[in-house]
Amino acid sequence: MPQVTLTVNGASHTVEVEGRTLLVELLREKLRLTGTHVGCDTSQCGACVVHVNGDSVKSCTLLALQADGAEITTIEGLAKPDGTLHPMQEAFREYHALQCGFCTPGMVMSAIDLVQKHPQGLSEKEIREGLEGNLCRCTGYHNIVKAIAAAQDVMHGRRAELAPAAE
Amino acid sequence: MTVVTPFEGIGASVKRKEDLRFLSGRGRYTDDINRPGQAYAHILRSPHAHAAIRGIDLAAARAMPGVVAVFTGADMVGLGGLPCGWQIHNKDGSPMAEPPHPVLAQGKVRFVGDAVAVVIASTRAAARDAAEAIEVEYEVLPAVATMEAALAPGAPAVHDGVAGNLCYDWHIGDPAVNAAAFQGAHKVVEFELVNNRLVPNAMEPRAAIGDFDPTTGDYTLYTTSQNPHVIRLLMGAFVLQLPEHKLRVVAPDVGGGFGSKIFHYAEEAIVTWAAGKIARPVKWTADRSESFITDAHGRDHVTKARLALDAEGRFLALHVQTLANMGAYLSTFSTSVPTYLYATLLAGVYTTPTVYAEVKAVFTNTVPVDAYRGAGRPEATFLLERLVDVAAREMGMDRIEIRRRNFIPNDAFPYQTPVALQYDSGDYVATLEEALKVADWAGFEQRRQAAKAAGKLRGIGISTYLEACGIAPSAVVGALGARAGLYEVGTIRVHPTGSVTVLTGTHSHGQGHETTLAQLVTDRLGVPLAQVDIVHGDTAKIPFGMGTYGSRSLAVGGSAMVKAMDKIVAKARRIAAHLMEASVEDVEFDRGTFRVAGTDKTKSWGEICLTAYVPHNYPIEEIEPGLDETAFYDPKNFTYPGGCHICEIEIDPDTCQVAVVNFTAVDDVGRVINPMIVEGQVQGGVAQGIGQALLETAVYDENGQLLSASFMDYQMPRANDLPPVSVATHTTLCTHNPLGVKGCGEVGAIGSPPAVINAVVDALRDYDVRHIEMPATPAKIWGIIHAGQRLAAE
Ligand code: FES
Ligand code: FES
Repeated sequence: MPQVTLTVNGASHTVEVEGRTLLVELLREKLRLTGTHVGCDTSQCGACVVHVNGDSVKSCTLLALQADGAEITTIEGLAKPDGTLHPMQEAFREYHALQCGFCTPGMVMSAIDLVQKHPQGLSEKEIREGLEGNLCRCTGYHNIVKAIAAAQDVMHGRRAELAPAAE
Repeated sequence: MTVVTPFEGIGASVKRKEDLRFLSGRGRYTDDINRPGQAYAHILRSPHAHAAIRGIDLAAARAMPGVVAVFTGADMVGLGGLPCGWQIHNKDGSPMAEPPHPVLAQGKVRFVGDAVAVVIASTRAAARDAAEAIEVEYEVLPAVATMEAALAPGAPAVHDGVAGNLCYDWHIGDPAVNAAAFQGAHKVVEFELVNNRLVPNAMEPRAAIGDFDPTTGDYTLYTTSQNPHVIRLLMGAFVLQLPEHKLRVVAPDVGGGFGSKIFHYAEEAIVTWAAGKIARPVKWTADRSESFITDAHGRDHVTKARLALDAEGRFLALHVQTLANMGAYLSTFSTSVPTYLYATLLAGVYTTPTVYAEVKAVFTNTVPVDAYRGAGRPEATFLLERLVDVAAREMGMDRIEIRRRNFIPNDAFPYQTPVALQYDSGDYVATLEEALKVADWAGFEQRRQAAKAAGKLRGIGISTYLEACGIAPSAVVGALGARAGLYEVGTIRVHPTGSVTVLTGTHSHGQGHETTLAQLVTDRLGVPLAQVDIVHGDTAKIPFGMGTYGSRSLAVGGSAMVKAMDKIVAKARRIAAHLMEASVEDVEFDRGTFRVAGTDKTKSWGEICLTAYVPHNYPIEEIEPGLDETAFYDPKNFTYPGGCHICEIEIDPDTCQVAVVNFTAVDDVGRVINPMIVEGQVQGGVAQGIGQALLETAVYDENGQLLSASFMDYQMPRANDLPPVSVATHTTLCTHNPLGVKGCGEVGAIGSPPAVINAVVDALRDYDVRHIEMPATPAKIWGIIHAGQRLAAE
């Protein structure tokens, strides 16, 4: 079986895979990083989004072999080693942007990439458009949009701390 | 020094305890679990809607690499079928038709997706490859894909022996009284509408792992379920004939349910049974494509209604005839949805003195249909709230005025409807008034004119609704045909150092029980939220439970916890009385402190808990050590949340796209424990309601192939399809449960679809349109606008 070597959340791994093995299968089954989810088989839901070399990618749509040599970050690699959450994770909690949590890892990874690629800041409408590739069945997106709007201010250094959600 | 602790009890929007694990990728969903030595199941499914199986050749599949076993229906002969949990009776008193529902097809397949064979192999890919090598010889039979086709004379039979494909022909209400009330009517409004078929699509696909220990004979099933005890009962007693003490069912983190994970599915029985056969764990996880054709669908009603009114617009009588699609087999609660969860709601918030409803349930060659968020109540609400709008227009009355005139007044509670239910409380005027204010109904005409100037068609729609949830009083539902009790169970386990573990029979799959239920404990016992843990979803840990659906967790499960906490407090007061040498009657307890009334003698919660487990100085002759109590709570009535939803939309006549610009929900869900979570539940429900009204629909072709069978073809609401939703609550307390709570999980999906369609019809009021079926797609609107223009041109 062919081998692939990749860095996941800072650790290097060399893994044997079948040619048809998807990146998400490698992450979930071989590395047991089960925070990345599979919600569909047509590349529509975004539950599987991870960062590959800094870009958000649907890991169900990439063969593991295509990720050879790549740097990958999954939801498990976001928080600091001391447990401090990434501002996007913090914002999702503060704004009640998750219910069942199944879409959440992919949603958070997409949102971080979206914000990073728009240093000038995103309007509510732009956030909604930017979430085109991520489905959530629980929240109605309302609070996800609010969380991303709040997190971008922290990520871009416009605020030192997350604006608290209104009671 | 005063220690200020944040208020974490009833009414506080505390952040969720469960979020950290979900946000860190540490959720533990069924597919995240692997058992040592696990094999993988792949299920071969019928590509035909209706066919006889003439032969199955398994030889090639069995010879494929990694294959452990291949099973078909023939291997499961002698085991039970999947049971239906609710028996409905026909008008003539005879029981409904209840054809067998085999776990694996027995000689015939009845819908695209019906399970034919299962391959078990050492990897997922090997199982899938081998399934492709199975040769099935089908004799394709004519299928009935719609209720119309199924009811046509001479239609092919979905089940031999079920005449006319009719599951039941049921009614409620008094037909004679109803007919008489139509006699003197000033006006009768007749109306027909469809409630479109939906695919629930929880984001986590269903999954199941069966495990078997040959040395003890113990089975374990891990499954994506909203109610593990119910699955243990149904699968153990009816399908596999396993006693409860040998069967453990675990429903770990579950990624959304919306009803679709209530039911006992074939795959649960397959993996459990197969694990026993091969003495290895067996795992199955659905692909989304499989979910589309095997998760029970929702809604799918066709209805004719007549409403009689007097000259002032008062409702005199309502007559409803509904056809409800059951699909190919009876899913667990399918039969109750279009009857006791639908027709009993047809009085709505109105004083209509007589309601008569007739419901025919029909078998078709489609996926089984069962409860989906709201289950029956959205169908009733859509019918009523559209009908009221049509009636207002045809009477030349204002839409708000006709509703006000017919509201059940506040002084009429408890209110007995003509369709069995007795509402305990509500204030329909208050929720209406507040919603009108928040949505700025009065300022709408101005906004309509502004939109018109910009070339857009703007409309506003309202729905004033009610639902029945907190299901349900066991004796009542038993008399109506339910084959289960619908109480709930809670255990309050106080530990020696005062922290608390709660075991609840309800199940959280997004609702936030680990927070809301803990708040009940904090509020009552004074234990900080961080020291209260909620355990759910495991039959080996929790005494019993009926699970989560019908917005019952708080109203029924929370009430069971209150009863158990009553027992805890009663016992703790006796211990405190002993320690303080006072009489029990004199000991007061308030959030963490026991005090002898009128004195400064106190004992802390921690001291009493420790004493209960270290009973050195203890009334051991009178009470047992320990502080651990269980209560079963059977509700006295349903709960009746209600409220008002207002939707404002704009249509671009060039694209015929509907944009929802504002949505206001003012709901009475009874006492609110965590406002943040309630708001989130309503927003999510409204999103599903808007999805039904504008985007989603399950479409079958005439051969029974599901055309909308992926996220490419079935339009799930995305962030950009939805508006910000303003949510407010107005509380009247439920009068019959100790918390005064009513439930908030379904109101969003129940109240919203008619508000959306009423708004779309309102926007199109210059065109010749009386009704528009859901989903109100651009194609339908284009047809209306262009037909209207043609009319004007002629
Ligand atoms: S799993 Fe749905 S897009 Fe990847
Ligand atoms: S939180 Fe459940 S799917 Fe998004």
